[in-house]
Amino acid sequence: MNINELNEIKARALASMGPRVADHTKKDITERTVLVCGGTGCTSGKSRVILKEFKDLVAEKGLGDKVHVIMTGCFGLCALGPVVIVYPEGAFYSQVQPEYVEEIVNEHLVNNNVVKKYLYKETVQEDGVIKALNETSFYKKQNRVALRNCGVIDPENVEEYIARDGYQALYKVVTSMTPDDVVNTITASGLRGRGGAGFPTGRKWMFAKASKAEKKYVLCNADEGDPGAFMDRSVLEGDPHAVIEAMAIAAYTIGADQGYIYVRAEYPIAVQRLKIAIKQAKEYGLIGKNIFGSSFNFDIDVRLGAGAFVCGEETALMVSIEGNRGEPRPRPPFPAVKGLFGVPTILNNVETYANVAQIILKGADWFASMGTEKSKGTKVFALGGKITNTGLVEVPMGTTLREIVEEIGGGIPNGKKFKAAQTGGPSGGCIPADKMDVQIDYDNLIAIGSMMGSGGLIVMDEDNCMVDIAKFFLEFIVDESCGKCTPCRIGTKRLYEMLTKVTNGTAELEDLDKMEELCQYIKDNSLCGLGQTAPNPVLSTLRNFRDEYIAHVVDKRCPAGVCKNLLKYNIMPDKCRGCTACARKCPVGAISGTVKEPHVIDQSKCIKCGACIATCKFGAINKG
Amino acid sequence: MANQQKIPFTGTKAQEQKLRKVLRGLKNVDGALMPALQQAQDIYGYLPIEVQEIIADTLGLSLAEVYGVATFYSQFTLTPKGKYKIGVCLGTACYVKGSGDIYAEIQKQLGIESGITPDLQFSLDATRCIGCCGLAPVMTVNDDVYGKMTKDQVAGIIAKYKN
Repeated sequence: MNINELNEIKARALASMGPRVADHTKKDITERTVLVCGGTGCTSGKSRVILKEFKDLVAEKGLGDKVHVIMTGCFGLCALGPVVIVYPEGAFYSQVQPEYVEEIVNEHLVNNNVVKKYLYKETVQEDGVIKALNETSFYKKQNRVALRNCGVIDPENVEEYIARDGYQALYKVVTSMTPDDVVNTITASGLRGRGGAGFPTGRKWMFAKASKAEKKYVLCNADEGDPGAFMDRSVLEGDPHAVIEAMAIAAYTIGADQGYIYVRAEYPIAVQRLKIAIKQAKEYGLIGKNIFGSSFNFDIDVRLGAGAFVCGEETALMVSIEGNRGEPRPRPPFPAVKGLFGVPTILNNVETYANVAQIILKGADWFASMGTEKSKGTKVFALGGKITNTGLVEVPMGTTLREIVEEIGGGIPNGKKFKAAQTGGPSGGCIPADKMDVQIDYDNLIAIGSMMGSGGLIVMDEDNCMVDIAKFFLEFIVDESCGKCTPCRIGTKRLYEMLTKVTNGTAELEDLDKMEELCQYIKDNSLCGLGQTAPNPVLSTLRNFRDEYIAHVVDKRCPAGVCKNLLKYNIMPDKCRGCTACARKCPVGAISGTVKEPHVIDQSKCIKCGACIATCKFGAINKG
Repeated sequence: MANQQKIPFTGTKAQEQKLRKVLRGLKNVDGALMPALQQAQDIYGYLPIEVQEIIADTLGLSLAEVYGVATFYSQFTLTPKGKYKIGVCLGTACYVKGSGDIYAEIQKQLGIESGITPDLQFSLDATRCIGCCGLAPVMTVNDDVYGKMTKDQVAGIIAKYKN
């Protein structure tokens, strides 16, 4: 491969790709592109069937040369999946069912009439013009850098990546930059590790470059273990070549010739697309021997994880690739000195890599112009939980939580009140409502007792009990602690037992102090990041929602009505019509009463299953 | 666990040949044990001690090392799974939307805490985030995904798979 060939492919691919942006001025439309989301969320909603339907019908109607049907990565708005976009109109069809496809093909692709009833509601305007996606509230404040190709290109076709300037950065680096130039550019851009800890990427590369060794490795951490986070998966599914190109750039910089991508086995689509991408990159001579005619060689392999959260920790990940139990080891020596198989190694997260090629092409200043003083660029968040627009959002660092939740996320469904947002997964904390206007960046989040983490952002409303949430994360940690060091193995277990006492209503006030003390001990003494951050969900809820803990401990009451042992269901006599529905539904016969008279729940029999409250049509039953 | 039963090893010659072929291909690979266990589990559906012995012998490792790795990672299972593998996502997004109740309902319907039903038809696992948080709460049966679950849908879904 040389630059002329690369540019030829780029020109050819661009010409054959069909429209990929909305163009409302276009009158006589002769060519259309139908993009069907092939991310995991939409695939779970049968988007593969939808894709096949489109392809079959387009072929059947003889539209093959005028309509391109393409499967892409994630568009981001998972709540509305499965999603289909048709360009140049920019028609955003949401929650598409396989049976809608025929109508869309007939009406839209054949008769040129957009099928408005299937469009995402916010994009339908009175004047008939479809609102552009980047003007909708979900996309308006987003800035897609790491996700720029997700939902735009076919991830299984390297030529579409090349069409979007793919591998130009690698060419530039290999032919016109020294390793020091690359380190300086990445350092000047201010890029920090997107895996959570926020270590400056340029510095990491500089250390590994400075280590003298015959063999070095470049690793990609795609072991996205935070339950409720799926940023890295979406990048791998939607734009795998961005990661491969960046790893090659990193390898050139530090002097490595072999890379490994360590990816969760739970991500079958991502694994498959990565393998396809690596194969294509090799076939096109974009990785392999003598890249762009230079003396630089680079090869990549995929290694699968096997469901151990601790393997997201860098030393554990390396031990796992070596074929052992994924137990972390003390640092120093740092991986830049002694990493995989005992040689200098760098490990970066998927999203970190997804920024690299663009920094090389557009320059450090461009990247540094986005974000806050100490956190540059953008961050991808996986928005989930009690939020209207569940999905993937990429915003400049410094965006506030309020903007993400209320504007982009569309607020809390069912008229409920925001209670907290959890960031950083099991290592992070809960941000309460009064901190919603803090600008999100690495340092601010730590200052308010949470952390950036990899980007999971789970919204909770008034029906979520914060003690229960802390317990949920602790249970996860107890499960995932590798057992190597005592503070984490035994400390988190003890902490979990104390939390269970709180949710059971058997804790005393002094237990809260003991918990805080134990948290500090676990933080200070654990071997790796998993243990050192494990108490964070407890500490942050104790700090921000202490009144909820006190309600459990002193009043023996769960204000959110979650902790079963503290729950009491009651029938309000003034609202009960005596319809007997609840009494018939109760599985243990705890409800009694005569017809048309208020009923009563026998608390000694009640198993707190909640069947009565779900049955009552008059809202006559409360819990608390 | 009370419901763990000893299930006799029923591996076939063909399976063993397949495994040995895989292992030959991994001979010179650095860190071959993980890929070996992953592919062995694909072949047998689980990793009985008989299979671990073959892996240990061929890769020149002790059985203790193989067993150590096989029991460390949650994806490796030493007992077989049911014909229908039920998973309930207990990732954060599903959990805050009540997947814990869905899990409890499935336990009740199947009459097991976790593991496999006595007739080997169903096995139940709590899974981590499977990545379709837009559909939360989610349960899966083999490759079928059921989203936006409510407790009373559970019985109907399980019934679909009962013979």
